[in-house]
Amino acid sequence: MKKTIRLDMWKGISFFFLALFLLILVYPLFGILRQSVISGEGQFTFAEFQKFFSQPYYTKTIINSLTVSIAITLATLLIGVPFAYFYSFYQLKGAKFLFVIAILCTMSAPFIGAYSWIMLLGRSGLITKFIRDAFGIRIGSIYGFNGILLVQALKLFPLVFIYMNGVFKNIDSTLLEAAENMGCTGIKRFFKVIIQLAMPTILAASLLVFMRAFADFGTPLLIGEGYRTFPVEIYNQYLGENGTNYSFASAISVIAILVTTAIFFLQKWITKRYNFPISALHPVTKKTPKGIRGVLMYVYCYALIAIAFLPQLYIVYLSFRNMDGAVIKDGFSLGNFEMASKRLLGRSVSNTLIFGAVALIIIILFAILISYLVVRRSNPLNNGIDTLAMIPYIMPGSVIGIALVIAFGKQPFALTGTAAIMIMALVIRRMPYTIRSATATLQNIPISTEEAAISLGASKLKTFARVTVPMMGNGIISGAVLSWVAIVTELSSAIILYNNRNITMTMSAYVAISRGNYGLAAAFSTLLTALTTVSLIVYLWLSKSEDIKL
Amino acid sequence: MSVNIIIKNAVKKYGENTIIKGLDLSVKKGEFFTLLGPSGCGKTTLLRMIAGFNSIEGGDFYFNDKRINDLNPSVRHIGMVFQNYAIFPHMTVRKNVEFGLKNKKFPTDQIRSQTDRFLKLMQIDSFADRMPDKLSGGQQQRVALARALVIEPNVLLMDEPLSNLDAKLRLEMRSVIKQIQNSVGITTIYVTHDQEEAMAVSDRIAVMNAGVIQHIGTPKDIYQRPANLFVSTFIGRSNILKGRLNIQSGRAVLEIGDYRANIDGVADKHLKQQDVQVSVRPEEFLLSHAQSDEGIPATVDDAVFLGLNTHYFVHMDDGERVEIIQESTMKNDIKAGSRISLGVNTEKINLFSSDGSQNLLSGVNNDVTQN
Repeated sequence: MKKTIRLDMWKGISFFFLALFLLILVYPLFGILRQSVISGEGQFTFAEFQKFFSQPYYTKTIINSLTVSIAITLATLLIGVPFAYFYSFYQLKGAKFLFVIAILCTMSAPFIGAYSWIMLLGRSGLITKFIRDAFGIRIGSIYGFNGILLVQALKLFPLVFIYMNGVFKNIDSTLLEAAENMGCTGIKRFFKVIIQLAMPTILAASLLVFMRAFADFGTPLLIGEGYRTFPVEIYNQYLGENGTNYSFASAISVIAILVTTAIFFLQKWITKRYNFPISALHPVTKKTPKGIRGVLMYVYCYALIAIAFLPQLYIVYLSFRNMDGAVIKDGFSLGNFEMASKRLLGRSVSNTLIFGAVALIIIILFAILISYLVVRRSNPLNNGIDTLAMIPYIMPGSVIGIALVIAFGKQPFALTGTAAIMIMALVIRRMPYTIRSATATLQNIPISTEEAAISLGASKLKTFARVTVPMMGNGIISGAVLSWVAIVTELSSAIILYNNRNITMTMSAYVAISRGNYGLAAAFSTLLTALTTVSLIVYLWLSKSEDIKL
Repeated sequence: MSVNIIIKNAVKKYGENTIIKGLDLSVKKGEFFTLLGPSGCGKTTLLRMIAGFNSIEGGDFYFNDKRINDLNPSVRHIGMVFQNYAIFPHMTVRKNVEFGLKNKKFPTDQIRSQTDRFLKLMQIDSFADRMPDKLSGGQQQRVALARALVIEPNVLLMDEPLSNLDAKLRLEMRSVIKQIQNSVGITTIYVTHDQEEAMAVSDRIAVMNAGVIQHIGTPKDIYQRPANLFVSTFIGRSNILKGRLNIQSGRAVLEIGDYRANIDGVADKHLKQQDVQVSVRPEEFLLSHAQSDEGIPATVDDAVFLGLNTHYFVHMDDGERVEIIQESTMKNDIKAGSRISLGVNTEKINLFSSDGSQNLLSGVNNDVTQN
């Protein structure tokens, strides 16, 4: 008799998630679809799509987004794969330092890179002026395509590095020896064997980088100027000078979702051809870099990390400089921070921490329950829930923002500007990643451990709480720290959902930049950087390993 | 408290696939009972049905008089040892062993003393506060055993517990398991595919194939008088020769080619002329290198000296290949290429019906109840 009651509890949880996801994922997605084909008079019409495709002004945004995202993906592979190769196969001095800084680069808030590079290489940037004054040379503009490529490639290559490091570590040294034995060495071996073995991972990393680049909002907004991308266009349509046009913003969103979905399945399709498992019984022993090649290796790794980390360092430096608007004055002080304390600093910080913490707790709870449903109680309903939970993966942040505004901005919900809608956005944005890692963790736990607990007299609920969850613990907690960082630096959905009440640190920094108050922006950004750095230290301390999963 | 286990007409289905149909089994109180068979024969499936982790599609399972079909695994009061040990990785050795006692709401002081007793019994008391990942395979195995036994279960179930250990540890743990089972006196069902391991630990063995129990008996029973050809080839090595049973003046005579031998043990009901399959274990050949008219003529392909024994790989003149084991002698005069003549130990060999389904000799002890 008891058995049926327990079954009902998990069934109940299944139905809860089904209902919840219908409400917070399917309903907003449907809302966007509906909005995009319904005219102001309530008629069904493809007018908005016609408008989009008939005017190059608009079609250009998607083409631009695609072009720059592909360029960024290729660039990150080009600089990230060699970096990972040197890191994984050679005994570099200061490897741990390189690792930590690389992670810090990729964890920075979305606009810090663009903002800082403008301050360095922009029209009146530090380096621009220095080169002009010293050599009389004018360097090219970093606004537009080049700027976005520079900023994003430097921010996202660590993702490629983390992924590749993971797979390089799993390449069995005997495979390399076998290749060498058969006469395949050096650069030939790198392309014929190592890269082939790493192909599934390269594709996975490419998809991740592409999705990030494609959906990125902060960078093109600041540094894109005439090079218009679709997330910025959605924002403009939502909050543009010409007034709000939800229908057109929705139409662009639908087109963006179609593009990301296509890319998602294209990647899955290509990955299928490389479906083989690898695991190293004999990991490769790291070699000591020698000679001129060793020197070049060091130069490459350290120069790359230095350039990638430069923006954040410069922002921290700026935050202590005396500033007047966008102009740097002589001397150092805490003036910027004092100003920040008068500009919603307290509210921003407390909102950031509270929203982040609440969202994180919800995400962890959901991830544990859903992964349990999927792995241990696999049935069509639960697999369906898992698929629904992956929807946000193909929805760029600004699209999620718009979708939530359309779905919950008016009666009966009217949640715009509340903590609830902000937390909802954060949960939706980050949930797919945490569910994937929780599912992977649970799949690696043999079910016999839970059976052992049951045969020792523990109830199913107790087994779940005392055995299953603690065993998943490590994987989930370390993943959660990375989710936390993504949450506190969230911009693209927050910019559509924020107001004075639910403003966060990232938003405060962004507002300061957009008003030309660069000192204030530097102060907020520095505090954000401090927060992400502390989080990373906590992560490294918790995980006790270099295996980062994003 | 130990129980006897009675299984009547057990049925297991996966979808439309029937894995076990109508299996009967009875395990005596305190007995060390082994389910032995090739992988996929249904032995682990049956064990998990007893444990409650697999659903039961038909039949009745009893511990003593109590029907357990619908009991939750957690209240069947079973100690289980898993193939991968299933030690809780997030708990110390002591916490692992205590886990069952805590669930059964034992008083604190008793949990302590009981746990200590079994940690000591399994000789892991010095590791009590270590985490499992700091233990070797053999030590983890001891923890798993202590954890299963500490709750003093009705039944101990073990699913290939030694298969993850290296050969030397396997021998050691096998005697530990046997010894502990003896001293605790608990009804035990043990699953393995390793026939030597099964013979070493078991009171009785059930040989399974394709979801059907072929033979239940003591190790001696199933080795010396296997119920059918499958058991004969699965337990130990057997050379299978084609032969014919003739009756001459009331006595059974086995013919293999031109070779003749009197067989005394043929059961009365099988005393008739028929084709037979002869199972001759490698040590049951009589080998003489003198050419004689009586034996089966053969040629040695290879002779492998292994110390105690020497193995001969031989082909008979009709092309049949057989393997022979003889105790090594000081003189080594049978080399590859030698012509030899073979006889069989008529007391030890087994004769099976031409389809291999039954042993024709008397003295087969088989506890399988025929349906």
